[in-house]
Amino acid sequence: MNIVILGCGRVGSTFARLMYNDGENVTIIDQQSEAFRRLGTKFRGNRIVGNGIDEDVLRRAGVQNADIFIAVTQGDNRNIMAAQIARMVFKVPKVIARIYDPIRADRYRQLGIITICTTTIASGLMRDFVKSGEWGLARDYSKEYVSLDV
Amino acid sequence: MYVIIVGGGNVGYYLAKTLVGARHEVLILEKDRIRYRTISEELGEVVMQGDGCEVAHQTQAGFGRADAVVAVTGSDDDNLVICQMAKLEHNVPRTIARISDPRNEQLFHELGIDATVSSTKIIYNLIEQEIGTGEVIPLAALSRGNIEIIEVEIGAKSPVLNKTIASLSLPSEALIISVLRDGHAIVPSADTQLVLGDNVIALVGADKEHDMRDVFQENA
Repeated sequence: MNIVILGCGRVGSTFARLMYNDGENVTIIDQQSEAFRRLGTKFRGNRIVGNGIDEDVLRRAGVQNADIFIAVTQGDNRNIMAAQIARMVFKVPKVIARIYDPIRADRYRQLGIITICTTTIASGLMRDFVKSGEWGLARDYSKEYVSLDV
Repeated sequence: MYVIIVGGGNVGYYLAKTLVGARHEVLILEKDRIRYRTISEELGEVVMQGDGCEVAHQTQAGFGRADAVVAVTGSDDDNLVICQMAKLEHNVPRTIARISDPRNEQLFHELGIDATVSSTKIIYNLIEQEIGTGEVIPLAALSRGNIEIIEVEIGAKSPVLNKTIASLSLPSEALIISVLRDGHAIVPSADTQLVLGDNVIALVGADKEHDMRDVFQENA
């Protein structure tokens, strides 16, 4: 599977390492090359330096051949715009954007982008725990991730 | 008309002053507190501090009764989301976005933005107008870019030099609307002859611009 990830922060780099470890073809984009340090020494995927809302950069990252595009930069609007370019211009079948603002996450989901609102996911989980004392469906992957050593 | 300007940089600031001068009701929404203070000292109550992408701030600014929302921040992505949310949440009838990358023009139209302005493209077109003859220069776009108004200068090597308009093999969706000659605009007829230095102004379907180019292109 060809996976293109925009944004090499904590989430982007962690997801890239996991997917690379699973044997997927991973390309990760960030505006700053220093961000790629987060990928560690075992990651052998492609790294592209550039602006994720620039079509030339996305093309260089091979978005036209991507099965899935994931936008996880710090900027909600950057993620929204990049996701819409991936969908409209490059016809990527699956497009995911992390959006902190719950309202924007809800509205753009209605427009066909898979949106993940970590704000409401985390606060929802905590509310459930406060009310019931249980984590319910939530799983903490951190122990597994650390032991995987990817 | 009630116009909301998002982004209180130089473009937003002068746009607001111009609109106020033309007696429109105006509000500038500026995110940065320091910039907000600076411009509100001069412009007073027409400036509000807030994030133009946040629905709560949009509601407070009165997006619901705005006739137009103009997004002129320096970021194409912010301007896109401001305009899309204005449409989705408040049904604003007209949204205008400033864009820096001219290639975003088509994308923004497809994503529902009513109009885009790119100073990059405007400056580029002005430079193009200074260069050579025989080039087809886009002057304006109508009907969401489906129709263009173009200009071509007739140079000494032009294949249509001294020809009449009737003898040109124009593409199907093209109409010569004027010929500019010696500072006058001629309303052309079939018999109008194109002479050296003429500027031909034409309406053309955007997908026929290439055919138009072929008609006027100078031979090397």
